Amino acid sequence: MIRLLLIVILNALISNVVLNQFLGICSFLGVSQRIKASASLGGAVIFVMTIASAVASALYSLVLHPLGLDFMKMIIFILVIAALVQIVEMFLKKKSPSVYKALGIYLPLITTNCAVLGIAIDNIDKFGYNFIESVFSGFGTALGYTIAIVLLAGIRSRVDETSIPRPVRGAPIVMLAAALMSIAFMGFAELQPVIEVALKGVGQ
Amino acid sequence: MSAPVIILITTAVITVIGIIVGAGLVFTGKKFHVPVDEREAEVRECLPGNNCGACGYAGCDAAAAAIVSGEAPVNVCPVGGGPVAIKIGGIMGAEAEILERRVAFVRCKGTCEASGLQGNYVGIHDCRSAALAGINLKNCDYGCMGLGSCVSVCPQGAIKLIDGVAVVNRNLCVACGLCVKTCPKGLIELVPESKHVAVQCQNRDKGPQVKKVCSAGCIGCTLCTRQCQFDAIHMDGNLARVDYEKCTQCGKCVEKCPSHVITPPCPVRKEA
Repeated sequence: MIRLLLIVILNALISNVVLNQFLGICSFLGVSQRIKASASLGGAVIFVMTIASAVASALYSLVLHPLGLDFMKMIIFILVIAALVQIVEMFLKKKSPSVYKALGIYLPLITTNCAVLGIAIDNIDKFGYNFIESVFSGFGTALGYTIAIVLLAGIRSRVDETSIPRPVRGAPIVMLAAALMSIAFMGFAELQPVIEVALKGVGQ
Repeated sequence: MSAPVIILITTAVITVIGIIVGAGLVFTGKKFHVPVDEREAEVRECLPGNNCGACGYAGCDAAAAAIVSGEAPVNVCPVGGGPVAIKIGGIMGAEAEILERRVAFVRCKGTCEASGLQGNYVGIHDCRSAALAGINLKNCDYGCMGLGSCVSVCPQGAIKLIDGVAVVNRNLCVACGLCVKTCPKGLIELVPESKHVAVQCQNRDKGPQVKKVCSAGCIGCTLCTRQCQFDAIHMDGNLARVDYEKCTQCGKCVEKCPSHVITPPCPVRKEA
């Protein structure tokens, strides 16, 4: 249990997908104008990333690795994740219209988000997680994404009300805000060795 | 393993996964099919499809759903404008009459010359800030301040300041209404595009008072109301107002107005 919790913390805060690994920047900068919309997007990302990590991990350990097709994982993951999100979208539309209404328009956006694919591959290549760990890693990563995008949306809603020097109005000030957030999140890097030692101590 | 074998295995695996995924999609598509209102797809076809969100909905799909459910009017799309609204009106049936394109109209003629400047304003260059501080740039308390808040808020670049008064370019205006909300003096209104005759003044003071502050203001003489055969122009206090529904653009009031504050039926183009 503690190991899984540590994995979530590691992925959500220390190696934050947006602010530390610079994946998923497009939607991070694009859909962060209002807190509500970015929270919905964050919810959809949590949903998709958790499922995608699970499926990708299962597919890899059951099909690709035994057949020696490690090099094909990127293509197959894209294929499977895209189809999976479509299926989930249709399922939600029918079975739970309220959830679909909250997440619906964002689900197709995330289908091809590099962060989703990135974490599915990182789970295998970088961390070597097993199935359960991959699921929690996906969840943690998406949680980190949600934290980052909601924080940025909060900053942007404040920034909109202040007088900003003309040259940095609009997109530039958003980039600057994101950059400062990224620097702030580097503070968590101090925790990385501690967590890694702890992960070893807890064992599998 | 030799290369051909690897290629064969790869192809086979991808094919199998592709077939499984495809079958899964078809199956869920059938199983979880949600019947959509046919009109929704048709309305969606008419919309521009650039998902700009200018209508206030999250993209064209959401706007189409809102139109079909009756939540939004058929002319909700500011980008498509009249032609799109007419098409959607056709799909939706009855509501086709409310479709005339509207344009913003600034109800002030008080140029720097007509209504003289009170002094030299050096504060924030924004009407709202100046109005908040109780500052009037011109002698008239009601008129255009000429600091161009509407100009900067207009997404189409359709408003220009000419001689210290905001002027709307009717061809560029998409009737989004941002300038209407922005103007601290409430000078801008949306009028039907075909209606050119309008009283271009907002000063509610009595005649002599108006004359003192502006040479182009409505002095409340009521000549125009007596002139109109269609009962389309009325006094609102000391200010004449045109009823756009009744006005037939005959232009009699325009001829009669002593201070030339009513705009003519087919306006002389004076854009710079």
